Amino acid sequence: MNPPDLSPLWIRGARVIDPAAQRDEAKADIFIKDGVFVEKFSAAEQAQARVIDGQGLVATPGFIDLNCRLGEPGRDARETVRTGTRAAAAGGFTTVVTMPDSLPAADNIGTIQLLREICARDAAVRVLPAGTLTKEHEGKALAPLGSLKKAGVVAVTDTTSGVQNNEIMRRALEYAAMFDLVVLDHCQDSSMTEGGQMHEGAWSLRLGLRGLPRAAEEIVVSSDCLLAELTKARIHLQHLSSGGSAEIVRRAKARGLSITAEVSALHLLLTDGALARYDTHLKLNPPLREESDRLALIAALVDGTIDAICSDHSPCTATEKDCEFDQAPFGAATLETTFAAAYEAIVAGGHADLALLVARLTSGPARVLGLKAGTLRTGADADLVLINPKAQWTATIAAQQSKGRNNPLAERVFSSQIRSTYVGGRLVGGTA
Amino acid sequence: MVLTFVGATGTNRMAQQASWTKKDLTGIEELSRAEIEFLFQQADGFLPALAPGKGLDLMRGRTVVNLFLEPSTRTRTAFEISAKKLGAEVVSINTTASSLVKGETLRDTALNIRAMGVDAIVMRHSSAGAARYLGEVLDISVINAGDGAHEHPTQALLDAFTLRRHFGKVQGLKVTILGDILFSRVARSNILCLSKLGAEVTLAGPATLVPAALKEAYPQVRIVHDLKEALKDCDAVMLLRIQHERQTTTHFPSLGEYTSQFGLNVERAAWLKPAAVVMHPGPINRGVEVESEVADGPRSLILEQVRNGVAVRMAVLHLCTGAIAR
Repeated sequence: MNPPDLSPLWIRGARVIDPAAQRDEAKADIFIKDGVFVEKFSAAEQAQARVIDGQGLVATPGFIDLNCRLGEPGRDARETVRTGTRAAAAGGFTTVVTMPDSLPAADNIGTIQLLREICARDAAVRVLPAGTLTKEHEGKALAPLGSLKKAGVVAVTDTTSGVQNNEIMRRALEYAAMFDLVVLDHCQDSSMTEGGQMHEGAWSLRLGLRGLPRAAEEIVVSSDCLLAELTKARIHLQHLSSGGSAEIVRRAKARGLSITAEVSALHLLLTDGALARYDTHLKLNPPLREESDRLALIAALVDGTIDAICSDHSPCTATEKDCEFDQAPFGAATLETTFAAAYEAIVAGGHADLALLVARLTSGPARVLGLKAGTLRTGADADLVLINPKAQWTATIAAQQSKGRNNPLAERVFSSQIRSTYVGGRLVGGTA
Repeated sequence: MVLTFVGATGTNRMAQQASWTKKDLTGIEELSRAEIEFLFQQADGFLPALAPGKGLDLMRGRTVVNLFLEPSTRTRTAFEISAKKLGAEVVSINTTASSLVKGETLRDTALNIRAMGVDAIVMRHSSAGAARYLGEVLDISVINAGDGAHEHPTQALLDAFTLRRHFGKVQGLKVTILGDILFSRVARSNILCLSKLGAEVTLAGPATLVPAALKEAYPQVRIVHDLKEALKDCDAVMLLRIQHERQTTTHFPSLGEYTSQFGLNVERAAWLKPAAVVMHPGPINRGVEVESEVADGPRSLILEQVRNGVAVRMAVLHLCTGAIAR
């Protein structure tokens, strides 16, 4: 990371939303000096500060993404730390957690150290690596979690492989808890999803594609709740897609279990009917499901059952997605449109105010991993986003930062936009 | 009813253009009832050309490539004969000869074929949606000869054409489709085609292969798991081949169990109305989904289907290649 810009920054008269501090002011100032938020400026500081007129803008903490892929090491045709973190910055994210299914997998300290070196050189935002839970994320033998923690991982996960064996999951949870590592779980019973291409339902039947049934996710969400109870370990459920999963989490939280959950913005916005023309860019895992699921996920996000919105950024090359549907890889490149997509679904959709959306992008994910980030409090790192909530814009592949060519929301018109993103008081995305 | 398009006059050309504008046939989904009926009129006119020694020159100088990336004998042969009866040159490529096994993408294979000056590609592919994808990539005609478990439009067209010739109309007929609906592209295309033409469709078979969710996908159909109930009122029963290669072992216990529960034998055929007919897209698993006595019996339209399949595919090739401005 480059050294912070030393000249003070003064944002005057913006709507300020800081959910961690229960703050939502219609008009307030923000003062940044030496890379951190300060209470106020002296007259001398005011005189030398760069001033941004906040009229019509919303200032919020920088967003935190719990689930993305930046390509390195090993998949740099899809994305690099340089391009991926600039995409994150363009999308308002100042802290991102990377999934460990790189090549080689992040199941050893060498890979974590390599990633951290690349990030020190190239990253525009804060990158927090996740390690694997088991070696090669194969679900067979535990990865060296203690060493991984020492090397800097903030969480462990087998990502889309999931852990299919309950005994291994139980022991992994117990072992990870010893190091205070949160286990992130992609909930899917793979015995029910072999060959699956999309949500199992009326559309998969019409299109002749094998389905990924809701139950395959809900079974593992259920077993994770039971194992959380048994082990007292922290489990975070990744990108829920089924309304039934949300209901299981709601009941588990009501019973006091320390379960948390996230949802991707695409799952808040779209449903399986969007696949009617076999658009490989919408081939996701977990899959887009039905309108009833979408509405249940939104309700769960609003009532706090779901803690965080994630990008689930999974960049692919143009060639990888330019093929027959069942031969295309899963995933979408989403970092740059996650906020705008969630805004369409939640705020424009009339389900909640912008403040709720900001909470699920900042304080929510910060709590999941116990991060200091995600607040505008005095003394905190000056990770800041300025939102223009009334800017019409069109996402395009040509204008994006990511190398990934698989954003299904390209060419879509959005009604709110990230104006500027600051990490440690330094502009990393958008306009000054 | 029969259109005299042979040696087409200017008037007939205009009529054709007015009724058929699609360069591709990727699915029944995209067709209107009027388009299906127009195609049937064309196919009626092609039937005389099926006689030995007869043939037409409507596609003289054109080249059709059969790109079969999944095993097929009947459909590929029918397309070859159809194209030849129209005077076209035909080249068939099948999986083993294809460069796809060397890792070339479908787009590249197709663009290479296109670059050689081909007028139409008839493709069978194991991936659902592959024909639509190819139709979007290419500016020449793409005819779907089966894409995964999605559609097999020419099979559905020839089935409905056969019913129409046998009963005089499709409107109001009761048709039962029996067997593996879940994995069948023939079933999907037939559900759509028969519904568009006004037939009432019943789906029958074991619950694992005829799941209740099909009713959500196709609200117009009736789903029945009792064979007698499925057979007693229908005018036609379409048997589907049990596809060993597609089913995993969890969908039914064994072929023997399937036959004992759902195989069409002489006793069960007696539940049918006297005038009801039996159809099958082939190839038949004799003794599995149907007994030989039924397959070869007086109710069977199976060989009629095969014969009509050539005329229908002639109409498809003629109309789709004719829809491209030259």
